[in-house]
Amino acid sequence: MLQQLGQLPMGWLLIALVAVFGSAAFFIGRVRAERLLVSTTSRMHSRPNYHGYYVAMWATVPVVIVAIAYAIFAEDLTRSQLTRELPSSFARLSPAELQSYLESVRMAAGTAASAGADRVFQAITNRYLELRGLVNTGTLVLLGLLAAGGIFFAQRRLHPNFRARALVENGMQLVLFLCAGVAIATTAGIVLSLLYESLLFFQKVSAWDFLTGTRWNAQTEAEFGALPLFFGTFMIALIAMLVAAPIGLFSAIFLSEYASPRARAWIKPILEILAGIPTVVYGFFALLVVAPGIRTAAIWFNETAIRLGLASEPILAAQPTSALAAGLVMGIMVIPFVSSLSDDVINAVPQTLRDAAYALGATKSETVKQVVVPAALPGIIAALLLAVSRAIGETMIVVMAAGKSARISMDPTSDLTTITVQIVSLMTGETGFDDPKTLSAFALGLVLFIVTLAFNVVALRVVKKYREKYD
Amino acid sequence: MTDTVRTSAPSAAAARHLRRRRARDGRFRYYGLTAIFVALGALAVLVLTIGTQAFSAATYNVVRYEVTLDPAVIAPEGANRPADISRNVEGFYGLVRDNLLKTFPEAEADRVSRRELSDFVTRLAVLPTARLVANNPELVGSTITLTAPLNDDLDLYLKGQGVRERKIKAGAVSSVQGGQDGTFLLSGTGAFEAVVAGLAVASVDRAEDAGQPDVLLTAGVSTGRLSDIDAGSARMELLTGRAQDFAQARATARIILSAESERTISDRQIAWVLALREMGRVDRVPRWTLLTNSDSTYPELAGGLAAIVGSLLTMLITALVAMPIGILAAVYLEEFAPRNRLTEFIEVNINNLAAVPSIVFGLLGAALYINFLGMPRSAPLVGGLVLALMTFPVVIIASRAALKAVPPSVRSGALAVGASQMQTVFHHVVPLAAPGILTGAILGMARALGETAPLLLIGMVAFVGDVPRSPADESTVMPVLIFSWSNNAERAWEPLTSAMIIILLAFLLVMNGLVVFLRRKYERRW
Repeated sequence: MLQQLGQLPMGWLLIALVAVFGSAAFFIGRVRAERLLVSTTSRMHSRPNYHGYYVAMWATVPVVIVAIAYAIFAEDLTRSQLTRELPSSFARLSPAELQSYLESVRMAAGTAASAGADRVFQAITNRYLELRGLVNTGTLVLLGLLAAGGIFFAQRRLHPNFRARALVENGMQLVLFLCAGVAIATTAGIVLSLLYESLLFFQKVSAWDFLTGTRWNAQTEAEFGALPLFFGTFMIALIAMLVAAPIGLFSAIFLSEYASPRARAWIKPILEILAGIPTVVYGFFALLVVAPGIRTAAIWFNETAIRLGLASEPILAAQPTSALAAGLVMGIMVIPFVSSLSDDVINAVPQTLRDAAYALGATKSETVKQVVVPAALPGIIAALLLAVSRAIGETMIVVMAAGKSARISMDPTSDLTTITVQIVSLMTGETGFDDPKTLSAFALGLVLFIVTLAFNVVALRVVKKYREKYD
Repeated sequence: MTDTVRTSAPSAAAARHLRRRRARDGRFRYYGLTAIFVALGALAVLVLTIGTQAFSAATYNVVRYEVTLDPAVIAPEGANRPADISRNVEGFYGLVRDNLLKTFPEAEADRVSRRELSDFVTRLAVLPTARLVANNPELVGSTITLTAPLNDDLDLYLKGQGVRERKIKAGAVSSVQGGQDGTFLLSGTGAFEAVVAGLAVASVDRAEDAGQPDVLLTAGVSTGRLSDIDAGSARMELLTGRAQDFAQARATARIILSAESERTISDRQIAWVLALREMGRVDRVPRWTLLTNSDSTYPELAGGLAAIVGSLLTMLITALVAMPIGILAAVYLEEFAPRNRLTEFIEVNINNLAAVPSIVFGLLGAALYINFLGMPRSAPLVGGLVLALMTFPVVIIASRAALKAVPPSVRSGALAVGASQMQTVFHHVVPLAAPGILTGAILGMARALGETAPLLLIGMVAFVGDVPRSPADESTVMPVLIFSWSNNAERAWEPLTSAMIIILLAFLLVMNGLVVFLRRKYERRW
C-alpha cells in the first residue's frame, strides 16, 4: 500500500490538486456571497466573484507553498531517513558512492522493475518506496487540511461589508511585484553562484596565477593560467569587429542617408534576419565553408611565398580550424547589432543639422562625415560596445570553428581558444562539482560576466547621455 | 543698384577641387552600397550552401528486396511471439543478406567481398519491417518486398557526391576473349579512344600523389575494371555480371579519380550498386525518416524526432514560466510600480539580464538547478527553466513597450466609470496590449528555440535514441542535435546536419511569420 503511494506521480497530482482546490474554493466563496446578496438589504462592498477569488486565494496559496517545499525537500528527507536505516556494511561507502547508490535505488523505484537485482538492493528499493509513500501521504494529508482550513477560515469572513476586492487586489499586486522581483533574483542567482563556485576555485588556485598565468591545460594537467584564453577571446572579437564595424556602420549610413524608403523597407528586415539565425547555424557554416576556405587560402599563400623566395618555410599555420574563420563568421553575425542601433541613432540626428551643412555647400558625404556621424557618435560607440560584448560572449561559433589549443599567437590562421570554448569543454565532461576543472569554468564565467557587464553598462550610460542632448 | 555680377569663371584649381569633392562623394556612396552587398551576400551564401546541402539530404536511395519470410528464420520455435519477431533483427537482416548474395553470387568467393556486400544494409534498417511483421503475423511465410535504405556512402555515390568520377561513352566492342587468369580482352576499332583521352585529361587535374585512377566499364548490369587500355583494346577484370554483355551493348566507362584505398567504397561495391540500379531496385524517395526517426549512429537511419519533441517540451516549460512572469512583471513595472530606488534597480537588472551572454545562464542552471536543487540532468524541465530565465527579460521589455503604446485615455475612461486600478489594467489595458505582448513573447521564444550553449552545460548533449515522454525524461533539442551531428566525421552527416538546420529554420520562420501576421491583423495606432 505505502509502496504504491511511493510511486504516485506527485508533480501532476500537485498541479491538479491546486487547480481542484482553487476552483472548489472559488465556487464555495461565490455561492456564499450570492446568498448574502439575496439575504441582505444593503449593498455589498464587493461583487460575488471577488469573494470567490478571496476564498480561492486562501485555499491555494498555502498549498502552493507546501507543494514547492515538497518538491525541494521530499527526496532529501526520504534519502536521509533511508541512509539512517541502511545496514552497517554501507558505512564503508564514501558520500559520493552512497549518493550514486541511492540514485540507482531511485531509478529502480521509478520503474518498479528491480527483478534480477540482488535481494539487499530490492529490500532497500522497497523500503525507499515505503518511506516515499509515507512522505507523499503526509504531504497530501497536510495539503488537504490546509486547503480545508483555508476555505473554512476565509468563507467565515465573508460578509456584505467585507472588502474582498481590495484584499484580492492587494494579493494580486504582491504577485505582480514578486514577478518583477524575479529579475533581481536571477541577477542575484547568477552573481552568487558564479562567486560561490569561483571562491571555491580560488581556494585551490590563486587568483593571481589564474589571471596572469600563460599556461592553460585544465583537462589534463591542472594548469589554470587563463591569459591565452583572454588573448584568444580578444583576438577573435577583434577580427569580428574588424568585419562588423565597417560593414555595419556603412550599411547604417547607406540605409539612413542614401537608400530610398522602398529599398530601406526591404533591406533592413533582411539584414535583421542575420541576427535571428541561431548561432549554431553560423558555427556549422564556419566549419563547413569558411574554415576550409581559409585553410586553402593560407596554404596557397605559404606556397606562393616560398616559390617567390620571400620565405624559406610556411609563414601561416593554416590549421583546419582558425581564429580567422570564427572571427569572420562572428563578424557577419554581429553586423545587424551594429547596423540597427547605428541606424536608429543616425535617424535621431535632427534634420536641421543636415540642412545647415547643405546650406554651407557641403556635399552629402561631407555632411555625413563631418556633421551626422560626429553628432551620432555616442550612439555609434554604444552600438559598437554592445556588439563587442556580443562577440565576447558568443559561444557556438567559436566552439565549432575556433579550436581548442590555448596559445598566444598573432597568426590568425592558427587555432585559438576562448573563454566560452573552455567553459563548454570543461562543463560537458563527467566531472563532479568539487573538481577544480568544473570550478574553473565558473571562474571563467565570472570573468566573462564582469567584462560583458562592464561593456553593457558603459554602452547604456553613453546612450543615456546622448539622449539627453537632443530630446 | 550696383551691378556686381560675377563674371570670372571659377579658377582651374577650384574646379579641380570641386571635381575631387564630387568624386569623393560618389565613392562614399559606393562604400555604403558595398557594405550592404557584402552583408546580404554573406546571408545569401549561407542560406544557399546550407539549402543545397539540405536539398540533397531531402531524398535518399532505398533498395527493394523480394524476401520470403521463412518462419524458421524470423519466428523460430520458442521465439515466435510478436515481441520476439519485432526484435529479431538478425533474422530479417539474414534474409536481406541472402537476397543480396543470391543477386551477386560472386561475393561468396571471399570474406572481404561478403563483408562489402553485407555493408549495403545496416542491421537496424530492417527494424520497421520486423515491427510490421510482428503486428501482422499472417505475413509470416509469405513473400514481401522489404525496403531498406542504402548504406550512406553508396547513397552519396549514387547522388554523385561521394566519389569524383568522369563518365565517358565507350565505342562498340566487337570481341570479348577470355584469358587464362580470369580476365577478358575487349577489342573493337577505336572502342576506347575516348577513355584514353579522358584518362589523359584526368591525370592533369589530379594531385600528383593520388595514384592511378580506376576505370570501370559498365554494360547493363555488368561491370568490369579495365587495365592496359589503348585505343582499340583493353584488359578487363569482371566485377559483376557476364562478360558477354559487353559484346552486345555500348558500354559506359567511369574514370574514378581517387584510388580505391582512399575511398570509403570499393570498385566492387560501385559495380553492385550500379547493377541494382540497372535492375530497377533502387528508388530515390523523400526522406521522411528525418522527421519520424530518432537519433542513430548510422546516418541513413538518423532522424530528428526525439530532438523536435525535446524542443517542443522545452519550449512548453519556457513558455509556461517565462510568459506569465514576464507579462506580470511588465504590468507591475508599467502600471503599478512607484518611482523609487527599488523600481529603478529592477529596471537596471532587466536591461542587464537581456545582455548577459547565454552561456552564463547555462552556468547558473548547472549550479542552481542541477547541483543545488538536484534536478535531473539532460531534462527538458531544466532546459526550459534555464531558457525561461533568459527569455523573460525579453518578454518584459516587449510587453512594456506594448503597454506603453496603449493611450492614457483608455485608463482614464475606465477609472472615470469607477473601475479600480487593477480592473482598469486587466479589463482594458492588457487586452488592448495583448497582440503586442504576444508578438514580443513569440520573438523571445524563437530566440530560445535556437539557443544551444546553455543547454550544453546542463547535459542536454547526450545521445538520445528515444522520444522523451515527459519534461523529466532525458532529452536533446534541435540546435544541440545540429551541434552533435556536425561533430560526426562521416561525410554523409553534412547534408543531414544541413537538413536539420533547415527544419529548425522552418520552425523559426513559422514563429516569425506568426508575428508578422499578428502585427498586420491586430496592430492599431491610436
